[in-house]
Amino acid sequence: MQDITRRRLLWSIPFATAAVAGGGFLAMLSGLRKGNFDPREINIPVINKPIPPFSLIGQPPSAGFNQQELQRQTKPILINFFASWCIPCLTEMGVLQQLSSHIDIWGIAYKDKPDAVSGFLERNGNPYQKIGQDPEGNIGIEWGLSGVPESFLIMPGGIIKWHYPKPLSVASTQILLSLLQ
Amino acid sequence: MLAFGIDSPDEMLKNTQQEQRAQHLGSQLRCLVCQNESIEDSSADLAKDLRKVVRQRIVAGDTDSQVMEWMVDHYGNFIRLKPPFTFTTALLWFMPVLALGIGCIIAFVTLRKRKHIEAEALSKEEQKRLSELMKE
Amino acid sequence: MISKILSPEFGHFTLALACCLAGAQFIVPLMGAKVKNNRLMALASPLAWGQFMALTLAFACLITAAVTDDFSVLNILQNSAADKPLLYKITGVWGNHEGSILLWAFILALFGAIVSAYSHHLPLSLRAKVIAIMGGSAAGFELFCLTTSNPFLRVWPAPLDGQGMNPLLQDPGLAFHPPILYMGYVGFAVPFAFAVAALLEGKVDAAWGRWVRPWTVLAWALLTCGIALGSWWSYYVLGWGGYWFWDPVENASLLPWLTGTALLHSALVVEKREALKIWTILLAIGTFSLSLSGTFLVRSGILNSVHAFASDPARGVFILLLLAAISGGALLLFAWRAPNLTSTGIFTFFSREGSIVLNNILLCTMAAVVLTGTLYPPFVQLINGQTLSVGKPFFDNALIPIALFLFLVMAIGPVIAFKKGNIQQTFKTLSIAAGLSIICTIIAFIYLHQIFPSLATGLSIWVILSACSDFIRHIAFFKTSLGNSVKRMIGLPRAFYASYLAHIGVAITILGIVGMAASQQKIVEVPINTTIHLAGYDWTLTNIEDRQGANFIATEAVIKISKNGKVVTWMFPARHYFDRQKQVVTDVAIHTNFISDLYAVLGDSKNSTQSTPLFVLRLHYNPLAPWIWMGGFIMAIGGFITLTDRRFRIGTPAQRKKVKEA
Repeated sequence: MQDITRRRLLWSIPFATAAVAGGGFLAMLSGLRKGNFDPREINIPVINKPIPPFSLIGQPPSAGFNQQELQRQTKPILINFFASWCIPCLTEMGVLQQLSSHIDIWGIAYKDKPDAVSGFLERNGNPYQKIGQDPEGNIGIEWGLSGVPESFLIMPGGIIKWHYPKPLSVASTQILLSLLQ
Repeated sequence: MLAFGIDSPDEMLKNTQQEQRAQHLGSQLRCLVCQNESIEDSSADLAKDLRKVVRQRIVAGDTDSQVMEWMVDHYGNFIRLKPPFTFTTALLWFMPVLALGIGCIIAFVTLRKRKHIEAEALSKEEQKRLSELMKE
Repeated sequence: MISKILSPEFGHFTLALACCLAGAQFIVPLMGAKVKNNRLMALASPLAWGQFMALTLAFACLITAAVTDDFSVLNILQNSAADKPLLYKITGVWGNHEGSILLWAFILALFGAIVSAYSHHLPLSLRAKVIAIMGGSAAGFELFCLTTSNPFLRVWPAPLDGQGMNPLLQDPGLAFHPPILYMGYVGFAVPFAFAVAALLEGKVDAAWGRWVRPWTVLAWALLTCGIALGSWWSYYVLGWGGYWFWDPVENASLLPWLTGTALLHSALVVEKREALKIWTILLAIGTFSLSLSGTFLVRSGILNSVHAFASDPARGVFILLLLAAISGGALLLFAWRAPNLTSTGIFTFFSREGSIVLNNILLCTMAAVVLTGTLYPPFVQLINGQTLSVGKPFFDNALIPIALFLFLVMAIGPVIAFKKGNIQQTFKTLSIAAGLSIICTIIAFIYLHQIFPSLATGLSIWVILSACSDFIRHIAFFKTSLGNSVKRMIGLPRAFYASYLAHIGVAITILGIVGMAASQQKIVEVPINTTIHLAGYDWTLTNIEDRQGANFIATEAVIKISKNGKVVTWMFPARHYFDRQKQVVTDVAIHTNFISDLYAVLGDSKNSTQSTPLFVLRLHYNPLAPWIWMGGFIMAIGGFITLTDRRFRIGTPAQRKKVKEA
């Protein structure tokens, strides 16, 4: 009798394994629903790292900027990669407008043409203090960009404090603002 | 080694040895925005840009491991289609040995035990026969 | 007229009816078995037929809606268009999530019907239980279809035209690939049902092994065909020249194939020797569970795949529940009942059974590696938030050594006798094959300069030669007169030929993969009337033409292939532009002589300002490439031959015993 119990326990291992996997899947599914689990997420290792060397020409009328200038800043700066051809960027503009009263935002137009950028900003408003151009996408690669829009919070001294590889939402800006205090 | 994603000859390096190195490296790097495709296989824009970077760095004289380091530095281990051996990936890398070991142990133990059971079963039968003989 | 009768509402109704019948098919026979009522148990078969017919009607309704362009049906609206060719209107029915689930349920019902048609010789209660389990799983899928993936939903007002189908799916390959693949997946529901029924009965014997084996072989052969077709489809449709990408969808099909192959062999041991019973039951449950979880993972959005299916967490929860009920229930039953099963057959380590145990260990290790590699990224992300990738380089590194070892064993196993093998005899049979294979490995190494490809070549030849040696031994070739050998050849059971073919098929696939790794390619940007030299062939671009296709515009290149000044063939790679989706699909041109493929892709031509326009061409020479799929089909043919073996067709051991008693 004891032997059969022992064997039953032994033969429950397949069930237990399947149950653990099932529990994991359930957690993933609920994470997918709530938005805190995204299998497409890419976590690039930039937090608390210095900004990469770069130099950008300006999007007229704004002058360009570079690594040294960003390092010299005495207050936090939000770097926002965007493009006129990117639809999620369009949805992000409203959030950026509101955010621009709390923090200086410097934009980088990724793989874009100056005319298209100015047209985009005329239509949707301009939340940026400065705009640089990255027509070939080389600077984006230096920053570890995987798509547009993406935002980086840069602290004085040129350290990356926060990175968000998706369009900014109201919820994500709250995380950002809490980091500023 | 095949580069399926390349869609124009001017993407490739003139030096065939360097180009081969680039393709080998590229096949180990994940196109970040696509699923499980290497940058050499993918026709996505980002894959194209990364192919360019790999080739630029090779021409600049980087070794293979330096190029890989540069990529991991910028994009993290996510970019490696073959994850490095770390504490987190230990189970993944040990899986072949682990599964093989467990399989062999189970097989060995049960097969040895079976002979034992068989022996017991036979002796019971013998006992039955014995008792029948006794009745007669 | 037909569309009036077979309306979407009628389809919806018959689907619901099928679901009810399937539910009854699950409950009534099991109740009958419980109260030992033969009448209730005998209801299993008619219920299975009823469910199948109801579902056939439902499926016919969906096809009718697709063919008659009924865009008031949401599913047709989203996936079809009036100008789509008729063939793709039909195949498009299963090219989307809802339709493919209906197809899945339809095939499950079809298997239920076939099982009830071919199981008259089974003991009544076992038969009732098997059909009931089939009905239970079918009911789950039909409920899934009705609740979260209903293909019959209507929209109002109905638009004039549909949104069209993904042009990549507009291909004859899609007509056959999913149905055959699904038949493979779903086919494993039969061994699963047999396993659960055996657990309920509390009895597994040689007869059970004999009954379950043809169903396993059938599912395995269909799955093999399905995988080979899928791989071939990606080779010629996606235009990358690649054939296997370790994509989650591909892994989902490879997993049940690996465990199914193990099951195929272990069921043989149950049948012949009444051993490995518990393990075989577990494999049968595991294989179908893996088929199911593949569907779940791909459609839930947990794993991302290049083969996009609209993923939806809500559907994911439903399939997970279904999976919990089907696999979880079976595994619980297994834990409770399996300890009561005892195996009687004993064997030494060096025996056919021993080699099959090793085969099972190796195949399951490979399955464990594929499963871990596929699930590792989402689980690591869930546990500590890290993101990582597991792709081709990992799978190659981890699997190739195990696979090579498997090839080594797979050649020896069939030569060893059951129960207790004779080492000397085995060595004598295989010594020539072994010697030749070692020579081949060395020659391969001289040409390839790489260890693993040379080993793979040598071991493939080893597998082929050992099958030949075993064949020669069985027909006593050279040892007796030629006429006698021919007589023995005819008398050899078909199962022998089947196993030779299946093993040789594996070897041919491996040779194809090795050959493919040595392919050559060139990417060029050239004007018309340029000749490119690649792999001993002259490829001349003679013209570029535009032409109007059914629902696309084609730009077609004309390439003349010649060798030593003689024209070999003409190739027409093209690019199809689909205006509706604003999407370009490359149409690859392949010329094969069954030993190598010439493969040409027309690239994207940039609008150059030069007076002579330049065109991008990607040319490949793929040696042995067709063997990859040929090997797969040879394996499947081996499987189908097993099904015709007379030992399966004539009575079972139990039946014969009855005859004797009578």
